[in-house]
Amino acid sequence: MTAEKQEILTRLRQQISAAQGFKPSPIALGEGFGLGAIEACFPNHVFPTGTIHEFLAEQPEDAAASEGFIAGLLAKLMENGNSCLWISRNRKLFPPSLETFGVDSQQIIFLDLYYTKEILWVMEEALKCEGLACVIAELADIDFAQTRRLQLATEKSHVTGFILRKEPKRSLSATACSARWQIRPQPTEINHNIPGVGNPRWEVNLLKVKNGEGGKFLIEWAEDRFAPLESTASHPQPQTIPTEERGLIA
Amino acid sequence: MSRFLSIYFTNLLTDYLAIKKPELKNQVYVFTMPQKNRIMVTAASKEAEKQGVFASMVLADAKALIPDILAFDDKIDFNKKLLTRIAKWAIRYSPIVAIDLPDGIILDSSGCSHLLGGEEKYLETIIGKLKESGYHCRGAISDTIGTSWAIARLGKKSPIIPPAQQYNAILNLPPMALRLEQHILQRLHKLGFDKIGKFIQIPRSVLRRRFGEEMLLSLGQALGTEEETLTPVIVKAPYEERLFCLEPIRTKPAIEIAIERLLETLCERLSKEGLGIRSAELKGYRLDGRVTQTKIGTNQPTHKVPHLGKLFELKIDQIEPDLGIELFILTVTKTESVLIHQEKLWSGKPGLADQSLAQLLDRLAGKVGSQAIRRYIPQAHYWPERSLRPAVSLEEKTEVKWQRSNPRPMEMLHKPASIQVTAPIPDYPPMNFRYKDELHMIRKADGPERIEREWWMEPGEHRDYYILEDDKGRRYWVFRSGHYDEQRPSWFLHGFFA
Repeated sequence: MTAEKQEILTRLRQQISAAQGFKPSPIALGEGFGLGAIEACFPNHVFPTGTIHEFLAEQPEDAAASEGFIAGLLAKLMENGNSCLWISRNRKLFPPSLETFGVDSQQIIFLDLYYTKEILWVMEEALKCEGLACVIAELADIDFAQTRRLQLATEKSHVTGFILRKEPKRSLSATACSARWQIRPQPTEINHNIPGVGNPRWEVNLLKVKNGEGGKFLIEWAEDRFAPLESTASHPQPQTIPTEERGLIA
Repeated sequence: MSRFLSIYFTNLLTDYLAIKKPELKNQVYVFTMPQKNRIMVTAASKEAEKQGVFASMVLADAKALIPDILAFDDKIDFNKKLLTRIAKWAIRYSPIVAIDLPDGIILDSSGCSHLLGGEEKYLETIIGKLKESGYHCRGAISDTIGTSWAIARLGKKSPIIPPAQQYNAILNLPPMALRLEQHILQRLHKLGFDKIGKFIQIPRSVLRRRFGEEMLLSLGQALGTEEETLTPVIVKAPYEERLFCLEPIRTKPAIEIAIERLLETLCERLSKEGLGIRSAELKGYRLDGRVTQTKIGTNQPTHKVPHLGKLFELKIDQIEPDLGIELFILTVTKTESVLIHQEKLWSGKPGLADQSLAQLLDRLAGKVGSQAIRRYIPQAHYWPERSLRPAVSLEEKTEVKWQRSNPRPMEMLHKPASIQVTAPIPDYPPMNFRYKDELHMIRKADGPERIEREWWMEPGEHRDYYILEDDKGRRYWVFRSGHYDEQRPSWFLHGFFA
């Protein structure tokens, strides 16, 4: 009986997420992003493309780590040759470094804007353009209404949007993003104690997932792909999310 | 019956220069061009001609006559360009205007002269206008191009030859008036024919034998027995559309409709000619006499109404209708031939060639300015700041590859930040460093990677780069400027690794 109920619930959940503009992308239906346990956090165990993701970066080091993680996702999103828009106010991203993550940085169009209003307008316009694979915007703060607008824009075109919140000033409020991420650099390791710096390694903290469970994970970028690492913190830990924030997930 | 007006510019080039530079008026100056190692005079001003300097003289001779003569460089086909410009102006007096190299224009005045009150007035008006603007010129009207040409240049009496009187008109003119070649003129001169009247009665067969077919042809053209055609100058209609409004327009939807209508007619014409708009300007003439201007530009030439409409839509907010706009004029300031893409059943080319992307960028450029949009391509330099450059266009590609042998930081500071470092010497990576009042203990490090400064571009020290990882796992790109020596070396933080 419970199994039957579970099945009905899953089906209903799928219907609701479809109505909310969530559609699995060809990438997700194929091999996925190779994120391992992270992908299991999302509804249907698929990384949601065609939605808005929010990345929190309090320190410049975190911003670099987030950009690295985003670049890894971009490599997959831009696989079909589509280009991508990177909107920022004070851009420090060094395009050649994207090559490390298998992204052709010549395919990326950078927009350097000053006003938040302009950044949001450009992002919304860009999200309506089906010829793009992805739109990334660097912003300090964003509110619910603004993310809702962006989310509505993506629902038609299925372009993925990433918002990188560098040094957010306001306290965290609810947004219409499908996930809230926090990426932090972690000490690297090289086998056999060889001196030197190893592959980029991050602690991926999924603070919020729409219709899913958050968690803390350890992941590495190795041999041109994501390599999820087993660690003590790698299992979903619902208690890491404060209860008042969990209320905002829906 | 046709009538032709021939206008002869006695000093075309020099008059033009005097119009451009009024201080040259009544000055002695010439245009010159090198020919076979000599500098020849190609045109002389009126004053210079009075003092005996003419075209086809060597400049050295002219200088011998007038030591302080001014010489300007002539350009090839400059007179043709000028004449075409004048001919385009003259199209208001006759629908058929042709240039007559090297120094004249011809108007087909048949049925035009009465509009200005008869041939005399017609001629007077055109010549008067030209003289007013500063050209020395003479004109003549007759039944044939040949006679008009002759009278304009060599006529001494009335410039208007009544219909069918060209025979009498040219009788007293020298043979030069027949537009003959130099060797024929020389032969005529040798035989003592100094007036056309002296040989016009000679039987045609004799003339043909002595002087060739050409002479008979030009004689016939002057008299009107032989056909002569003109190649008229064509003035291309500008890509411009006007829209008069019955009632002054004040609202946004109305302006949108006006723009759409203008675009529809204009784009239809452009698409027929295979052209697309690169930039356009919309002018709105307001009731209070002011004019509002709105400009748009595109990345790729296009004649698609919806796309162009959207570009204008972004700018409607900048149009101030005030009391209302009564006239809209849409002018295309730059066109380019457009490649018509075949519609595809499945999605088109992905990436930067994507049509929808080009349209998006047009809209973005219209709103935030094209200087904010950039794309980077690699440059063959090791110096990090110079290893990339902004691409000129969306299509630009380069053979240079990004160098991947050494890792580069995800984020790079615009200006390296100075840091305090404790490091064992020489060439060992730092043990710790202090940046923004935080001490970072180094756990792992890579390096050094020495990057030499490009001495041919700028002087300065080389850099030794290290990749450092601190106790919290944060990764940095740090460099030491120059060698270790007596002074304490300076260290800088240049970037953050992912």
